[in-house]
Amino acid sequence: MIRFARSSSRNLFHRVLNRKFQYCSDSSMAVQCGRRRKDQSSGFFWPTCRFESTEAARHVDQLYLHNHDDQELDFPGGSVPFTKEMRFMSESTEKRVPCYRVLHENGDAITPPNFNQLTKDVAIKMYKDMITLQIMDNIFYEAQRQGRISFYLTSSGEEAIAIASAAALLPDDVVLAQYREPGVLLWRGFTLQEFANQLFGNKGDYGKGRQMPIHYGSNHHNYFTISSPLGTQLPQAVGIAYSLKMDKKEACVVAYFGDGTTSEGDFHAALNFAAVLRAPVIFICRNNGWAISTSIEEQFRSDGVVVKGQGYGIRSIRIDGNDTLAVYSAVRKARSMAIRENMPVLIEALTYRVGHHSTSDDSSKYRTTDEIQYWKMERNPMDRFAKWISNNGWFSQEDELNHKTTVKRQLLEAIQNAEKTEKPPLSELFNDVYDNLPKNLQEQEEVLRQTRKRYPQDYPSDVPL
Amino acid sequence: MASVLRRSQTVLNSLCRRQFSASPDGNLTTHAGKSMNLYSAINQALHIALETDPRAYVFGEDVGFGGVFRCTTGLADRYGKDRVFNTPLCEQGIVGFGIGLAAMGNRAIAEIQFADYIYPAFDQIVNEAAKFRYRSGNQFNCGGLTIRAPYGAVGHGGHYHSQSPEAFFCHVPGIKVVIPRSPYQAKGLLLSCIRDENPVVFFEPKWLYRLAVEEVPEDDFMLPLSQADVIREGSDITLVGWGAQLSVMEQACIDAEKEGISCELIDLRTLLPWDKETVEASVRKTGRLLISHEAPVTGGFGAEISASIVERCFLRQGEQNINVLHVVRPFSSLHNPIHILLLCLCID
Repeated sequence: MIRFARSSSRNLFHRVLNRKFQYCSDSSMAVQCGRRRKDQSSGFFWPTCRFESTEAARHVDQLYLHNHDDQELDFPGGSVPFTKEMRFMSESTEKRVPCYRVLHENGDAITPPNFNQLTKDVAIKMYKDMITLQIMDNIFYEAQRQGRISFYLTSSGEEAIAIASAAALLPDDVVLAQYREPGVLLWRGFTLQEFANQLFGNKGDYGKGRQMPIHYGSNHHNYFTISSPLGTQLPQAVGIAYSLKMDKKEACVVAYFGDGTTSEGDFHAALNFAAVLRAPVIFICRNNGWAISTSIEEQFRSDGVVVKGQGYGIRSIRIDGNDTLAVYSAVRKARSMAIRENMPVLIEALTYRVGHHSTSDDSSKYRTTDEIQYWKMERNPMDRFAKWISNNGWFSQEDELNHKTTVKRQLLEAIQNAEKTEKPPLSELFNDVYDNLPKNLQEQEEVLRQTRKRYPQDYPSDVPL
Repeated sequence: MASVLRRSQTVLNSLCRRQFSASPDGNLTTHAGKSMNLYSAINQALHIALETDPRAYVFGEDVGFGGVFRCTTGLADRYGKDRVFNTPLCEQGIVGFGIGLAAMGNRAIAEIQFADYIYPAFDQIVNEAAKFRYRSGNQFNCGGLTIRAPYGAVGHGGHYHSQSPEAFFCHVPGIKVVIPRSPYQAKGLLLSCIRDENPVVFFEPKWLYRLAVEEVPEDDFMLPLSQADVIREGSDITLVGWGAQLSVMEQACIDAEKEGISCELIDLRTLLPWDKETVEASVRKTGRLLISHEAPVTGGFGAEISASIVERCFLRQGEQNINVLHVVRPFSSLHNPIHILLLCLCID
């Protein structure tokens, strides 16, 4: 069973690489390729070799090394060598872009860490925050199931990306998250009570109860308020980064998004703007394999996301998103490059969404439980980091138990408080649309108040006037 | 593009044979300043915005060399290429970038080359700029964002260089929509928009860029937003419009006067949030209302004015004497002479 699960999950990413052949209808290409075999688990045919044309034209450098003539085309942007050979650049590289990792599954460091070694205190805080995030997810998820909050969305399986990237940043770095990165806020000190206030939409919610649960935001923590549309935060991140650059700040912007978002126009706009305007922004893609029910095979034909960076002139890296140390070191390095060299960096972190997309989703409808189990059990980011920390003798099982008990108690208290705290008053329905309430909204508020007087029984009892 | 437009203005001039100033008396308004056209007034406003605020930026497609309509002439030379710069050709990128820049306390003045091409940025404007302050509980805002876009018919622009998309944006709480009618108005209103603490979409009547000339003070001045301007007083009928259409309506008022009809002409100036009170007071006086815009009638902003004024001036009074007319100007390049027909319609 485990073997099968492993191969199935491997296919999740392997299929991306080979997917282009699944739809291949060109018989000449098939003949060139010769051998084909059937992939048992996917049911698709995919070849074990590459097309000849692809073989020949794999690397631009090799391609044009010997075949250009002496003359060059003087073209805007730099001169271009001529070649007498008609060759098309390949649609892909022969091998997939490798994935940087530091920790072996057993918690041993395989790569000699080429970054400033994590201090014990930081490492412990990272692990404790990952545990907190997990407990938050469990308890808030249950709260939604009990009907106490309307919606929730977990970070399960992706704890390492949020926490480790946040740990690699400094407080002045500005964060524009998508919606599966509450771990960044947690790392920055957003309290469990603050999380609960947002989820319950009470008076303590900085968003004044206006948005759905999980749309956190905190000016104090340099964390812009989440918005639901995918990718809209990305060009905004470039504008913010440009401002930091102009102000000569020792800080960058970090923008998070998922694999699905890379299909949005805003993603491409942002990468291009960032490269052209030389904005210090780190784009972190959590490639977790699924955008609700849309697999990455249905999302893009490229080798994932990392390869898109070069097309825009952006330095890029693919990392193991479930390796806490790899995420930490890559983001630290990216931060330093972004700020020192005034440039964007793209990080594609391979991970897996172990939970459903949200409380409104049932992912068993579109993916196998074996695949989920494999990622949950064998590639669990927290288990791996726990082993490393434990090997270092920094965090005992007893410490873990104590922390869990404390967090659970604090969370239950936070939920009780959040439930008891009153809702924002009616006036907050109209405030903040503009800096000041214009006449048309004053008029509308007045109409609403008069309507409430006429139909008091239809007005929600928990919203103060 | 600019050269093509110049040709169109010649055509229009020959059709209309008059100066377009949209001033109360049909003559050049005197504001004790320098005589200039609309694009120069915009240019002057941008100079002042950049001069008076070191955190102001101007960016968009082709703005670096002065812009296809020359509105950004000389800005990059004077204030540097870090503050006045070209962007890639991507409207959603321009507005998204502008939101981020504004969110850091800057004055982000974005140019969309033609209003016809603003639609890729619709999501950034509607879902992001307009809701930025509200959704964050006023923790964040992008109030420093102003989006400039030339709009409207020029006579030969066809479907993609002539649209008047203001109604789409007037449906969005959280942004302001402003359209000037003349050089003086353009300068004063644009400076107000740039310095307003809310994101603003500022549509510039490109028909009037070179055609409209009036005296414009060279100093730094601002005109109030959300305040309509009664540019001609009358007693028989109220005419409401904005932007380039006021030139047409002005001519209609003059012609109607010859037939003994006294017209009150109102420039709405800010469409969102709009000044109902001024229009209401006028309609109470005249008892009749004519709204004219270039955009399509169905779902146009005229419908909003009409519905509001009917409700305020007629339904509430129990009166039956409703007399509201919508007039629009089409934007087919083949049908330019219809502008003239519309003058007749206004007079009817």
